[in-house]
Amino acid sequence: MSNLISNLSSFLAEKILKQPGRVIAPDEPLISSGLIDSFSLMDVALFVEDTFGVRIEDTELNADTFDNLTQLAALIESRRS
Amino acid sequence: MIFPERLQALHSQDPQRVAVTLQFPAADDLPVTLDGLLRGSQSFAHAYAREGIQPGEVVILILQHGEDLLYAFWGAILHGAIPSIMPFLTEKLSPERYRADLASLMEVTKPAAIVTYPDFEGEVRMAIRDGSSVRAVIVTDQIPPAAEVDFDSLEGFQRKPEDIVLLQHSSGTTGLQKGVALSHQAVFNQLNAYSRALNLQGDDVVVSWLPLYHDMGLIAGFLMPILSGIHLVLMSPFDWVRAPYKLMQAVTKYRGTLTWLPNFAYNFCAQKIRDRHLEGVDLSSWRAVINCSEPVRWESHRAFYDRFKDYGLRWEALQTSYAMAENVFGVTQSRLGSEPTVHEIDREAFMVERVAKSPFDGRPSMKMLSSGYPLENVEIRILDEHGNVLPERFIGEIALKSDCMLTGYYNRSDLTEKAFRDGWYVTGDYGYMADGEIFVSGRKKDMIIVGGRNVYPQDLEALTYEVPGVHAGRSVAFGIFNEEQGTEDVVIIAEVDTEDPLEQQKIADAIRLHVTKNSAIALRHVKVVDPKWIIKTSSGKTARSANREKFLKELQETKKT
Repeated sequence: MSNLISNLSSFLAEKILKQPGRVIAPDEPLISSGLIDSFSLMDVALFVEDTFGVRIEDTELNADTFDNLTQLAALIESRRS
Repeated sequence: MIFPERLQALHSQDPQRVAVTLQFPAADDLPVTLDGLLRGSQSFAHAYAREGIQPGEVVILILQHGEDLLYAFWGAILHGAIPSIMPFLTEKLSPERYRADLASLMEVTKPAAIVTYPDFEGEVRMAIRDGSSVRAVIVTDQIPPAAEVDFDSLEGFQRKPEDIVLLQHSSGTTGLQKGVALSHQAVFNQLNAYSRALNLQGDDVVVSWLPLYHDMGLIAGFLMPILSGIHLVLMSPFDWVRAPYKLMQAVTKYRGTLTWLPNFAYNFCAQKIRDRHLEGVDLSSWRAVINCSEPVRWESHRAFYDRFKDYGLRWEALQTSYAMAENVFGVTQSRLGSEPTVHEIDREAFMVERVAKSPFDGRPSMKMLSSGYPLENVEIRILDEHGNVLPERFIGEIALKSDCMLTGYYNRSDLTEKAFRDGWYVTGDYGYMADGEIFVSGRKKDMIIVGGRNVYPQDLEALTYEVPGVHAGRSVAFGIFNEEQGTEDVVIIAEVDTEDPLEQQKIADAIRLHVTKNSAIALRHVKVVDPKWIIKTSSGKTARSANREKFLKELQETKKT
């Protein structure tokens, strides 16, 4: 789980925020805070699918499905098993 | 001709024709016949009358994609009121800022009514101040049921062609102060000229996901098809951005022929659609996908074509247009059926001499994509800084004249006056003409265009000053072009007193959060710097372009190391 989180965290910091050194806390709000904008949500979904083989449907791309790394990691875990 | 007369004429021809098909993410497509459209709209028209709204008064619509927005808009037209669509609150924007934006819109526009959903009524009422012009907040569950269309009951038929029919605003604090007011006549003049440039036919099908609070979505992706009696397939921008493949599926399903897209959308579609979502997709019906509202890029067309050519997309379907709300919409249009002209020009001559020359001696060159030819009712001039007309291939400011210009910025005659010089509307965009075609090369104003949206840097800077640790006058915002995404990235630089990197990081985060929450613009780069980083002009004003150069240089250097 923590591996998953750090993997997601470095993807977000590097590819979305363009701040490779940036640390994203597991409970830091991502969507509701505006950290990830709607254009980048697709990138997150594509990354998750390519890296973990888990699909996030387009209707799920909102803060109700996940809004922080812990929730996103839990979603991935639940769909991998 | 006025809008209600055109609707009545179309209705008498074929009331049961499907005028609009609305698409939703998790529900079946909803076909709305012309009769259904008029019935639904008539109910709103009667509600406006019941609330005492007078023809000629402004009604602000705060509604999302769906039937209500459709009917509330055309209902205002049928009643003779002036609709203006305000973007709905999204989770990205803070409710406080939204209220402030709405209040500033109301202050200039002086609406008589606001239309919204029952569960948003409270939010709207909070923005209404004492002494406001707003006499009614009309909620969608209080609209009378639809009844048979009775044209005699509708006051909108009394309007005159020169009367204002609608207002269109761009976003942000600055944009909301400038409502572009358009007359019935101006819109029809535009539609006549533009449909001829497109060779619009009765069997054309427009497929659009563009927002209706933007000129491209409102005119090309809404008014034109409806007033021309052409089928419109409409989806929400919020759904499209999460599922861009739905555009391709909609074109396939309805044999779509025309679509307008901002430049970034070509890259977005090319990069973010999975093969599994393209099963059965056939784009061969598309006769024009028109690139408009952001600087047009040949590379974006190429990427889009490469991605979709195996699904029936034709290269010559990729077209361009140069448009602005002040001219209703289109100023130019490339010739459908053939590929838009591409100029290969010498980079140095372009930058230094401000002229588009063919490249020579193997020197660095750049590709310029034409935005096409002026519409038949539009005259274009390229002006130097003194207002003199420049010859072909010289880069200057684009000015235009037409019979479809705005009536004015609503209640802002001061701004209207400033926009014109000797009867010519001066656009603030740079470009050159060659063999009758226009090539748009940049803009004079510091405006940032991100994802098809116009953003005023001064709005973003003002928001930055609200963050603790940042002092007024010590921030600069600008756009830098992102090759991969085909649009601009927003950069904010702020000077702070602290030199502690951890503190600086905290302030950078706070800026990102605050600006995004208050502008709904995502920031790509937030850079917090020591005092004296920002370059000022001798008069103490922030020189945005000089700071942009400095930032780009530093970015290059960090990439090297």
